[in-house]
Amino acid sequence: MFDGWKIIVGLIIFITLATVPFWYDAAAGKGTDAPDIRIETKDVPGRDQCVMPAEYMRSDHMELLNEWRDQVVRGNQRVHVTADGRKYSRSLTNTCLDCHSNKDTFCDRCHDYMSVKPYCWECHLEPEVMK
Amino acid sequence: MNALFSLVAVVVLMLLALFGTYGAGLQYLFGVIIPYIAIVTFLVGFVLRVVRWARSPVPFRIPTTCGQQKSLPWIKHHELENPSNGFSAFLRMALEILFFRSLFRNTKADLKSGPKLVYGSNKWLWLGGLVFHWSLLVVFIRHFRFFTEPVPFGINLLEELDSFFQVGLPIIYITDILLLGALTYLVGRRLLDARLRYISLNADYFPLFLILGIGCTGAWMRYFAKVDIVGVKQLSLGLFNLHPVVPEGIGAFFYIHLFLVSVLIAYFPFSKLMHMGGIFLSPTRNLANNNRVKRHVNPWNPVVKIHTYEEYEDEFREVMKEAGMPLEKE
Repeated sequence: MFDGWKIIVGLIIFITLATVPFWYDAAAGKGTDAPDIRIETKDVPGRDQCVMPAEYMRSDHMELLNEWRDQVVRGNQRVHVTADGRKYSRSLTNTCLDCHSNKDTFCDRCHDYMSVKPYCWECHLEPEVMK
Repeated sequence: MNALFSLVAVVVLMLLALFGTYGAGLQYLFGVIIPYIAIVTFLVGFVLRVVRWARSPVPFRIPTTCGQQKSLPWIKHHELENPSNGFSAFLRMALEILFFRSLFRNTKADLKSGPKLVYGSNKWLWLGGLVFHWSLLVVFIRHFRFFTEPVPFGINLLEELDSFFQVGLPIIYITDILLLGALTYLVGRRLLDARLRYISLNADYFPLFLILGIGCTGAWMRYFAKVDIVGVKQLSLGLFNLHPVVPEGIGAFFYIHLFLVSVLIAYFPFSKLMHMGGIFLSPTRNLANNNRVKRHVNPWNPVVKIHTYEEYEDEFREVMKEAGMPLEKE
């Protein structure tokens, strides 16, 4: 090969960069376990189900919260009526966190695992702080 | 016709992944086996291709230059356009790779009525190409949030910068819009200009449509039809931990996305996408123009048998001495 050592050094750098995830994960040694999510909720009298089916909430909760925020802050529409006629106050702190008070296991584990940083807590107080 | 063929090829690949996973239940094939085959093909193919290039001899310096060569001290030398040493050549390469410097000089010829041939500056390709390549790099690096656990700090920072404007939720990434916009321009450029359409081949359209398909399915999964993202991360961590797992019910769009990515990286070493490695090996770019300063000997020239004057004198010293001829060594 002509200029062989330069090309070989380049190839080694390329292969190293291209396989970063392999050796990073081997070094971190965290395996493939899913996050240990605790979704049990506090018993709140008169509340036995969520505003939306669990399946919808699992994937689309952020969109619902975003809608609620816009409707409350910009439209002053504070009451959410579910498909089957139940009424809820559109409030993260007073409605959602009433049942899901375990933020560190209910919210954070998944968000940390997926490296998602919700900006809810830039305005809202975290439940622990409120107690 | 080429464009249509490539588009159909990509659509067929998407349907293949859709029916393969949610019709035939071959999640393990599409989620584990094909990605591994693709990764191996990519790495081995890439290395073999580069080694094959490296075996071609470069006996002489053939850089393309468009500036004054280094010569006499009172003639102004252009270091970047006509690099005189390795460091300048490195700088020129860096600007080429990071900012597509030569494409910035792109011109366009137009036949105006008259008939008159008019040349003009044309920066759109440079801009579109630059936006596309940088966005693709950022999108790729952002994906390390799926590949790594714990996610490194730099990846978080990049994500935060990329979602700077906090529009919508999930927050729209700036690079998602730039990537899809630039790709649309790059496809449109080939389709709308008759001359470009004439010289465009399947090999030009197919990677464009493939990356467009990858980008669209990716954006679709993030902003519209959400998939089980925790399952996605488990699957990708399983791949990189060499401990494959296939969580159930991830969603078809993920498998379509993954299959298109697998096809892309397996196709990589056999296609024009190899310009990723090729740019570094371009002899018209990566060599210093020192043809006149240094002697370059063609490496495959036959060895010339030479007889130096010292050897000649040693051979005939006695005879020369007798004849009274002047000698270098007595």
